Amino acid sequence: MLAEWFRELYRLTGINLTIFTDSFDQALFLRGLGTTVSLSVICLSLSLLIGVLGAWWQASRIPLVRALVKGFVVVFRTTPPLVQIYFFYFGLGAILPRVPNAFGVMQPMVGNTQWAILSLALFAGAFNIEIFRSGIEAVPRSTIEAAESLGFSRSLIFFDVVLPLAFRVCLPALNNNLVNLVKTTTLAYAIAVPETLYAAQQIWTDASNVPEMMTVLLITYVALVGVLVAAVRRIEAKLAIPGGMR
Amino acid sequence: MIKIPSTFPSPPAWTPDHPIVRVSQVYKSFGETQVLKGVSMSVMKGEAVCIVGPSGSGKSTLLRTINALVPIDAGSVVVEGQEVCDPELDKLQLRRKVGMVFQQYNLFPHMTALQNVMIAPIKVLGQDKAEVEARARALLRKVRLEDKADRHPGELSGGQQQRVAIARSLAMTPDIMLFDEVTAALDPETVKEVLVTIRELAEEGMTCLLVTHEMGFAREVADHVYFTDHGVIVEHAPPAQFFGEAKDPRTRAFLSQVL
Ligand SMILES: Nc1ncnc2c1ncn2[C@@H]1O[C@H](COP(=O)(O)OP(=O)(O)OP(=O)(O)O)[C@@H](O)[C@H]1O
Ligand SMILES: [Mg+2]
Repeated sequence: MLAEWFRELYRLTGINLTIFTDSFDQALFLRGLGTTVSLSVICLSLSLLIGVLGAWWQASRIPLVRALVKGFVVVFRTTPPLVQIYFFYFGLGAILPRVPNAFGVMQPMVGNTQWAILSLALFAGAFNIEIFRSGIEAVPRSTIEAAESLGFSRSLIFFDVVLPLAFRVCLPALNNNLVNLVKTTTLAYAIAVPETLYAAQQIWTDASNVPEMMTVLLITYVALVGVLVAAVRRIEAKLAIPGGMR
Repeated sequence: MIKIPSTFPSPPAWTPDHPIVRVSQVYKSFGETQVLKGVSMSVMKGEAVCIVGPSGSGKSTLLRTINALVPIDAGSVVVEGQEVCDPELDKLQLRRKVGMVFQQYNLFPHMTALQNVMIAPIKVLGQDKAEVEARARALLRKVRLEDKADRHPGELSGGQQQRVAIARSLAMTPDIMLFDEVTAALDPETVKEVLVTIRELAEEGMTCLLVTHEMGFAREVADHVYFTDHGVIVEHAPPAQFFGEAKDPRTRAFLSQVL
């Protein structure tokens, strides 16, 4: 039915949307979309974890731990994400030994998708550390003192007082960074991870419908980011403190 | 009973005929600023002691040395026979005995009043949640806020927040309560409701150390009043004597300003 309509559209206008008319292209595109979504969700979760742990370690009493976190943040914030992906895939990937797979064929220990996940999570995580740090700095010293006077341990103060307050303060900045991350997943294209952009490219090479697929890509990312932003909004509303932070 | 001698003799068990808090010759500087210059005081169990003095004279700093929020440079602070500056000291052990209430309430804004009162006994002492909740509700009733249990701090008035803060400290069943100008941020009408709560506590026999500008309250409630100026205790006396016949000219000058 839908396919019919798009075939008619093609016949009348020449707009060739094979992802609706051709089941092979459709499957290809949907698989790409699925990869983008799972790439985004996994990287997003990992980057948040990195952000929290990094912010926690950044306040460590051990100078070496603090220095390592700082170094990590500097490196990942000041280098282009595409270079980072290449570094992991071509740089580190080449050094790591090859291992036999289930069929006894030698293959890289870490696959391209795994490298993409790792490097994108670290990239977004470095920014998240900085974002959490700014949120943590906004928590009044006096609130922490009150917790200390009640006998709270350092980790209890961090996870039960500082982090919940900091998280609320930095949600807008976090939102920006996560939107950025979803868009940056397209860079995985460069190491042939079959995400949306990669699938679109395969489709247009076959059907020579570049303008159509470009438009589809734009709309797809508008929708994906829209979903993310709506989700963050809901979290924001849910975490809103009645009567405010003071 | 046979006692196995330990390598490190533990301090002699504290008994109520000794001061519950003993501050001796305490010195403290923040960088160049000398804030405490040899302060000594001692408080017996069940006493209510007020510390008064001009702004910047070191009252807050003195109070904070007692629960080790401020480490001291020299001297000693002994709470229930335990040396507070001992690096081996378990700060948690100290702080569960010593509660503190601050000028700016410092409640946890993301928790309801009830959660604010419950968190420390549950997460710090590992007590049973249901039992803590029953006690927390009883404490909120005691400070006359049982109907605000599910409100967040931002939805409460200053006086109400301060009473939640008092209940939060009491939930740890401390032996000693420190109050640092707890009514200074309140408007005059709500000052009274907080003072009533503290007064009840003092009358129930809680050991209270209060930094305050409420001279009327000090006169009525305190067993002893200390006057600090420029990091030293200028004089101390029971309230009738302190307010009636202060000896030092600095005390008299201060009192003539605030009374
Ligand atoms: N953490 C700190 N770092 C540096 N200086 C400090 C610190 N805490 C207090 N001071 C300084 O120590 C002095 C005494 O401060 P303190 O808060 O003990 O005075 P106070 O008697 O409580 O005064 P107030 O009545 O205004 O509360 C002040 O000059 C203050 O600036
Ligand atoms: Mg003060």
